[in-house]
Amino acid sequence: MAYSETAKAHYANELNVLRVSGLYKEERYIASPQGAGITVEFPRGAQAREVINFCANNYLGLSSHPEVLAAAHKALEMRGFGLSSVRFICGTQDIHRELEQKLSEFLGTEDTVLFPSCMEANGGLFEVMLDKDDAMIADRLVHASIVDGMRLCKAQVYNYKHSNMAHLEEKLQETQGCRFRLIITDGVFSMDGDIARLAEICTLAERYNAFVMVDDSHATGFMGKTGRGTHEHCGVMGRIDVLTTTLGKALGGAAGGCVSGRPEIVELCRQRARPYLFSNTVPPVVVGATLKVLEVITRSTDRRDKLEANTRYFRERMMTVGVDIHEGEHPIVPVMLYNAKLAQSVARDLYEEGIYVIGFFFPVVPQGQARIRVQISADHERGQLDRAVEAFARVEEKHKILGKKKDEIIAMYGA
Amino acid sequence: MQDDVKKLILDYVKKEYLDEDSDQEITETTKLISGGIVDSFSMVSLKMFLEKKFQLKIPDEKATPEAFDSVNNILALLQEIMHS
Repeated sequence: MAYSETAKAHYANELNVLRVSGLYKEERYIASPQGAGITVEFPRGAQAREVINFCANNYLGLSSHPEVLAAAHKALEMRGFGLSSVRFICGTQDIHRELEQKLSEFLGTEDTVLFPSCMEANGGLFEVMLDKDDAMIADRLVHASIVDGMRLCKAQVYNYKHSNMAHLEEKLQETQGCRFRLIITDGVFSMDGDIARLAEICTLAERYNAFVMVDDSHATGFMGKTGRGTHEHCGVMGRIDVLTTTLGKALGGAAGGCVSGRPEIVELCRQRARPYLFSNTVPPVVVGATLKVLEVITRSTDRRDKLEANTRYFRERMMTVGVDIHEGEHPIVPVMLYNAKLAQSVARDLYEEGIYVIGFFFPVVPQGQARIRVQISADHERGQLDRAVEAFARVEEKHKILGKKKDEIIAMYGA
Repeated sequence: MQDDVKKLILDYVKKEYLDEDSDQEITETTKLISGGIVDSFSMVSLKMFLEKKFQLKIPDEKATPEAFDSVNNILALLQEIMHS
């Protein structure tokens, strides 16, 4: 037998290392549609319970929206379940073309190509755009999928300190000899919820003759006055060369992503991006539902406005009661605990209070910056936000950290 | 000579990886990767710096997190490559 006892022991040990080091990820079983209130079985085998959900990327609350569900049903009936093909053989329907056009209109770009996910868009893009004579200059905190995509590309890799424009400029100076330079950043960074300094990045790009690529997964649909994304929020629409984003967060949350931007780059992705070429087409149900999502959020900004108001309300109330949060304006609200065990313990106590949140710690975030990432949705009602604030206050009081700042919490629990 | 190289690498690590207002002390034994100062992504720029500065090629299989985990480890790696 090829799968020997040695191999089995090796893999079992790898899993054990993950468990011992606290990196083992345990899935929670949800027995309801995605939404502000969900039914969760955790730990495995426990009685399922109703909790308020603060850890989905369901920013606009469209994952289970009736109009979106109806559009999904309609697409299923009209265009079927699957295409059993990649896009370029017999996997492109009229609705795929329509969605790509609508995404370009919504994002304010010239062309768009769908990918099975944004992970795969980021995995395919760089290799298509750049070669060994070029340079990729990335923010150090870009998403893991960008890092993976960069690893697949032959261009030289540079990175700059998070959101540090002076350091970015140094890298641009250092790479003057390269044919093309691509500045790579997330629009919104997923662990801190902070926003890329896109206006400054674009100015530097223009000064040094570089392109700009933004992964706007945590922004598309709600950042900016009409929800177009970080580029609208920062006033740089038309100055971003390539955007990648996901349909798997605010835009209904099912699956799918895209590359959008300069038409030549988008077309080259259609011709050469391997995750696009060799993956099945995005299912018609997802395409039809996402078209409806775009219609809903284009005809009214009510949802992004409510999300903005919810975010402001929650952030203000958390600070008022004395919970240490990472300040900002994004619906990702990091509650800082600094110590990994404390973060896990607080998350567990909150779950007991009916508040579903998750702790994040090293290596997902830097050492000593353990936190709970709270994510606000337009689906949350004020009463649910109030319940969460009160639960955080009670649990932090129990751990004697309510009203305490970083140094005091670290002094009590370590970092 | 060895001290000069150590200082060169230490200065680079401080400038490249620490924030300007950081008061963190880094010595030749400070854990860079496992200590969370340099992540595996940022390690690429450290590798590139070493290759350019010392005009050598660090094979990917030798550019492990362990080999880059302290200035002393990096020094040992450079010596190994230079003498091989």
